[in-house]
Amino acid sequence: MKFWTGLDPRLKGIIVVLVIALVPFVDHNGAHLNFLADASTFVLLALGLNIVVGFAGLLDLGYAAFFAIGSYSYAMLASGQFNIHIPFWVLLFLAPAITALFGVLLGAPTLRLRGDYLAIVTLGFGEIVPQTFLNLSQWTNGPNGISALDSPVLFNYKFGLQTLPYFYVGLLLLIVAIVIVHNLQDSRLGRSWMAIREDELAAAHMGINTTKAKLSAFALGASFSGLAGVAYASKLSLVSPDNFQFNVSIFVLSMLVLGGMGNIYGVIIGSLLLSSLERFILPQATIFAHNLGFMQVDFSQFRFMMYGIILVSIMLFRPEGLFPSRQRKAELHAAELDVALATQEQSMYEEAAH
Amino acid sequence: MELFFQQLVNGLSLGGIYALIALGYTMVYGIIELINFAHGDVYTLGSFFSLSILTVLGIESEMHGWPLVAAIIGIMAGAMVFCGVVGVLIERFAYRPLRNAPRLAPLITAIGISFILENIMQLWQGPSPVPVPTFIPDPSFTIGGVSIEVKQILVVGLAIVMMLLLNFFVYKTKLGKAMRATAQDRDAAQLMGIDINTTIALTFLIGSALAGSAGFVSGVYYGTTWFFNGFAAGLKAFTAAVLGGIGNLAGAMLGGFLIGLVEAFGAQYVSDQWTNVIVFSLLVLVLIFRPSGLLGESLPNKV
Amino acid sequence: MSILAIKKLTQRFGGLVAVKELDFEVEAGSIVAMIGPNGAGKSTVFNLITGIYKPSEGEIEFNGAPIQGRATSAVAALGIARTFQNIRLFAFMSALDNVMTGRHARMHATLADSLLNTPRARKEEAGVRERAHEILKFCGLNEHANSYAANLAYGPQRRLEIARALASDPKLLLLDEPAAGMNPNEKSDLMALIRRIRDTGVTVFLIEHDMGLVMQISERIAVLDYGEKIAEGAPAAIRANERVIEAYLGKPA
Repeated sequence: MKFWTGLDPRLKGIIVVLVIALVPFVDHNGAHLNFLADASTFVLLALGLNIVVGFAGLLDLGYAAFFAIGSYSYAMLASGQFNIHIPFWVLLFLAPAITALFGVLLGAPTLRLRGDYLAIVTLGFGEIVPQTFLNLSQWTNGPNGISALDSPVLFNYKFGLQTLPYFYVGLLLLIVAIVIVHNLQDSRLGRSWMAIREDELAAAHMGINTTKAKLSAFALGASFSGLAGVAYASKLSLVSPDNFQFNVSIFVLSMLVLGGMGNIYGVIIGSLLLSSLERFILPQATIFAHNLGFMQVDFSQFRFMMYGIILVSIMLFRPEGLFPSRQRKAELHAAELDVALATQEQSMYEEAAH
Repeated sequence: MELFFQQLVNGLSLGGIYALIALGYTMVYGIIELINFAHGDVYTLGSFFSLSILTVLGIESEMHGWPLVAAIIGIMAGAMVFCGVVGVLIERFAYRPLRNAPRLAPLITAIGISFILENIMQLWQGPSPVPVPTFIPDPSFTIGGVSIEVKQILVVGLAIVMMLLLNFFVYKTKLGKAMRATAQDRDAAQLMGIDINTTIALTFLIGSALAGSAGFVSGVYYGTTWFFNGFAAGLKAFTAAVLGGIGNLAGAMLGGFLIGLVEAFGAQYVSDQWTNVIVFSLLVLVLIFRPSGLLGESLPNKV
Repeated sequence: MSILAIKKLTQRFGGLVAVKELDFEVEAGSIVAMIGPNGAGKSTVFNLITGIYKPSEGEIEFNGAPIQGRATSAVAALGIARTFQNIRLFAFMSALDNVMTGRHARMHATLADSLLNTPRARKEEAGVRERAHEILKFCGLNEHANSYAANLAYGPQRRLEIARALASDPKLLLLDEPAAGMNPNEKSDLMALIRRIRDTGVTVFLIEHDMGLVMQISERIAVLDYGEKIAEGAPAAIRANERVIEAYLGKPA
């Protein structure tokens, strides 16, 4: 254990990546591999939302809207829909750019709103965007969505229906995402986000252009979901409005709440936990119940109740999440901390001075 | 032209329902600055409760005369009590512990409660819309080509009556005064001897009861209910509350009727599928350009 | 040469006139104070300077250029820094981070730099960190560098706010009641600090209630009462000024 913690973090990172990369050679269970490939999409989403909510402190309840934009960008630019076939590798850059642009468009008029109003506006967007995709059927095929999307091709090797290549691409995207998020955290921009979260007025007095900073967070967060959209759409080979509803936004938010907002690794763990809850734990529990003779039980039907219970319990008992960043934990328990220390001492001294 | 007035009538009845729900949102926001996400689901609970009572009582067809009146009053009162209690319990166990936490916390909790309620209702009556026995006879009369059902008058009338009662309560009774004081300055109110916990619980009781009445009304008006109704209805009712001016009772009424009209006219003159987009776009626009709403006051920031 | 020139500054909040036709100039390199009974409008003047409010009438010039109504972040970038009457530190950031944030306006890292952690960004961060340590030392806070701002005692918190303000290499430093709640020892440390700051070439403009401190440290004093300037001059003159005494103590019976 000591050996591990003493290692250079970059070396640690490389080792973890290598271990994960070797998983397919050890674990031949297709379902597991498929899960990991799909999970990378959600981890990307969680990391992106973490920039908006965790770093910059902007509550976004409609994050799925950007996911939709990213996914539909891929669907419209790499399929028979309009007969445009931009390569996957180009879309990995183009889709995030498109989504970031929408992030700026949506964010510019709304980011000056205060906390809960901003949350509702983002919720509004989260409803408007998928509904719009649904309604514009001449472009989006409405409820049926766009299918038969182009498969990524690498040097004449077509990904097709195999899971393995998507797994490795997902891993690669995650590495890039994690590096970027790490860089952001300790940067001038990251600090300005923290300052805005703490005290926006004081932050402005530091010369921080708060509007620009918030917009950057919003756009960057959006770009991550653009990336996730490409990974997701290409693998599923299908996009439909159903997959981008409010429950997806909350699903991703729950990952942050559970794992620990602001903490990159907490978020990743939260994301993996919730994804596996849905993919493995609930079905397994159902099978277990069936084996016990309770044939009517289907735990998947309790999904939303589970998410709800998780959200409520975390907020009531451990609002900082499982693996909080030190700062967030302190912020959330501020009421308990003796922040009144300052005013207390002030009155003490004023009495003494007279 | 008749179509216009027809939609006017439809919009107003729809608006009456939204107004009742919006009143609850605006009261709760006014007193603890919380957007009670679960409020829309409490509304749905109202219709679910009514459905259950109707089923238990074996009411399947139209009723008449005094039994009808008794049924309406009784079931609606029951729904109001049921929902009121649910609202109070939610506040007590999920929101009160977080009263001093950063605003993010109770908001997320409210979303969680909403999910829980929706799942419960989904398990209760299934994932598809469920019919509600229409036991209120539906005579309609026509004025100049516009058909007005008694039900519609009932809805609008109920909303107005409720608002007047609420207004009286809030502005002319001691408890109402306590509510207003708590909404303005919680600490000062406490120092004046007002029991904050009770006052807030009362707010939730009334707000949720109103949502319950809306649920009853919508169930029997539309003859159907669905576990997921509350989400969209709640969001639209919140739009109404914001449009009218959050924290303002008359604003919630006005907003509710306006949103109902927007939806009715939107469905008629634009298209059914775009009404949600229209209403939510309206929400976004109001929040961007006039967050204080139509009847609200804009409060300057003091440093 | 005036570093700050306030001309006929008027601020109305609805029916209330908080500041009434204020004329005042601050000479570069001096220590100047604004005093007056509570509610006289002093903090409002600071808020007008740093762009929190846009004045109803009048001008504020910084080094000859008008700044009234400009965005707060722009004013900060021009070289005006301040502390607040009620401490507004970034409570859950370390003292070091607070000061590093103070340096934001003088940093050049772009979005790309932050995203990619370029060598330029890394070099700048290291430089800023070092400078932040220097400033903490200058204010006597080096042992607290890694503590959360919220965990510091009151006196160090006040000094940290000053340190954070100094991080942007301001030309004008606005101190809003820096001595509030301090004991006599801390006050004399504060006076020494203010003098040291002035000696580095920074102009200091302070609001303060502690007459002893104000009289000892200021070269020039303006007195505000109900938003109007009722007196201006050297400390000795102000001390003897009848109108000033009246404002504080009321008319003799």
